[in-house]
Amino acid sequence: MNDRPLTAIWVYLAASPLLWLTLTLLCYLLAVGLYRRAGENPLLNPVAIAIVLLIGLLVATGTPYPTYFDGAQFVHFLLGPATVSLAIPLYRQRERLRALALPIAAALLAGVLTAALSGIGFAALLGASKATLISLAPKSVTAPVAMGISEKLGGLPSLTAVLVVSTGIVGAVFGTGLFRLLRIQDDAIKGFAMGTSSHGIGTARAFQVSPVMGAFSGLAMALSALVTALLLPPLLHWIGLVA
Amino acid sequence: MLEALTLILVCQLVGEIAVLLTGLPLPGPVLGMLLLLAWLLVRGGVPEAVGRAADTLLAHLSLLFVPAGVGVLVHWERVRDQWAAIAAALVLGTLVTLAVTALTMVAALRLTEPRGSRHE
Repeated sequence: MNDRPLTAIWVYLAASPLLWLTLTLLCYLLAVGLYRRAGENPLLNPVAIAIVLLIGLLVATGTPYPTYFDGAQFVHFLLGPATVSLAIPLYRQRERLRALALPIAAALLAGVLTAALSGIGFAALLGASKATLISLAPKSVTAPVAMGISEKLGGLPSLTAVLVVSTGIVGAVFGTGLFRLLRIQDDAIKGFAMGTSSHGIGTARAFQVSPVMGAFSGLAMALSALVTALLLPPLLHWIGLVA
Repeated sequence: MLEALTLILVCQLVGEIAVLLTGLPLPGPVLGMLLLLAWLLVRGGVPEAVGRAADTLLAHLSLLFVPAGVGVLVHWERVRDQWAAIAAALVLGTLVTLAVTALTMVAALRLTEPRGSRHE
C-alpha cells in the first residue's frame, strides 16, 4: 500500500521538465564537488562524471533520452547565448590579439585543419562509416557550432554533440600533461592550443590554470568556431566526403 | 541584467535570421557573436551589465555540455560498433591537434619576434 503514493509522485514528476532539469544541475554540482575534493585532478573531469551519473539514473529508471531532454533542454539552450557571449573575452583581448595577430593566425589555421583532418583520418583508417566521419569532422569546435556544421553537411548533429563533449574531455584531461611533455610554458600558447582543440570544456580547464590561459583559450574557441564554420564545407568537399 | 541578456539574445536572433535569409555557411550564434563584437568595437567598451551576464554564462560553460553528452545513450549502438575508430579519432586526433597548434604558435612567435626582445 505504501507503494501507491510513490508511484503517483513518480508519474507526476516523470511528465514534467522539472525533475531532469534539477537532476542535471544536481549531478553537475556533485561532480564539481568531487573534482574539487580530489584536488582538481583532471582525470575526474566534472562534465564526464555528471554525464556518467545521469546515464546511470536514466538507465536505472528506464527513462528515454527524449524525456530527459525535455527537462535538460533549458540548460542546452544556453549554449547559443554562451557562444554569442564569447564576443566579450574576444573584445577584452583585442590588444593582445592585434599584437600577436600573425602567430595566432598561423596556429589557428594549422589547428583547425589538423583537428578536422586528423579526426577524419584516424577514424577512416579504422573503418568508420561516412556519417560517422562527417559527424567527427567538427568535433573540436563548440557544440552549437559543431552541430550546425554537422547538420549542414549531412552528419548526425546529436552524435556530433557527443563527440564534441568527448573531445573536450580528452583535451581537458590530457592537455596540461602534454604541454609539460612538449616543454611549453607560455600560458598564452597553452590556452590557444586548448581552445582550438577542446573548445569550452578545454577553456573551463584553462581558466583553472590561469586567467591568461583561460582568455586565450576562449579566444581560440571563438576564432576556431568561426574559421571551422567557413573552412570545413569546402575542405570536406575537396577530400570528397561531401558532394 | 535583463537588458544585457536581451541584447545577447537579440544578437543571436538576428544572427539566426541572417543565416536563414542569406544561406551563409555559418551557424547563427557565431554570426551573433560577430555582431556583438562589432557593436562593442563601435561603442568602444563593454557595458558593465553585459560583461557580468557574459561572464556568468561562460563561468558555467562546461555544465551546458552535459545534456548533449548524455545523448550518447541514443547513439550507443553506433558508438559500440565503431568504437575503435571513434576512440582513435577522439584521443589521437585531439592530442595531435593540441601539439600541432601549440608548436605552430611557438614557431610563429620565434619568427615574428625580433631576437632578444622576448619578454616572458
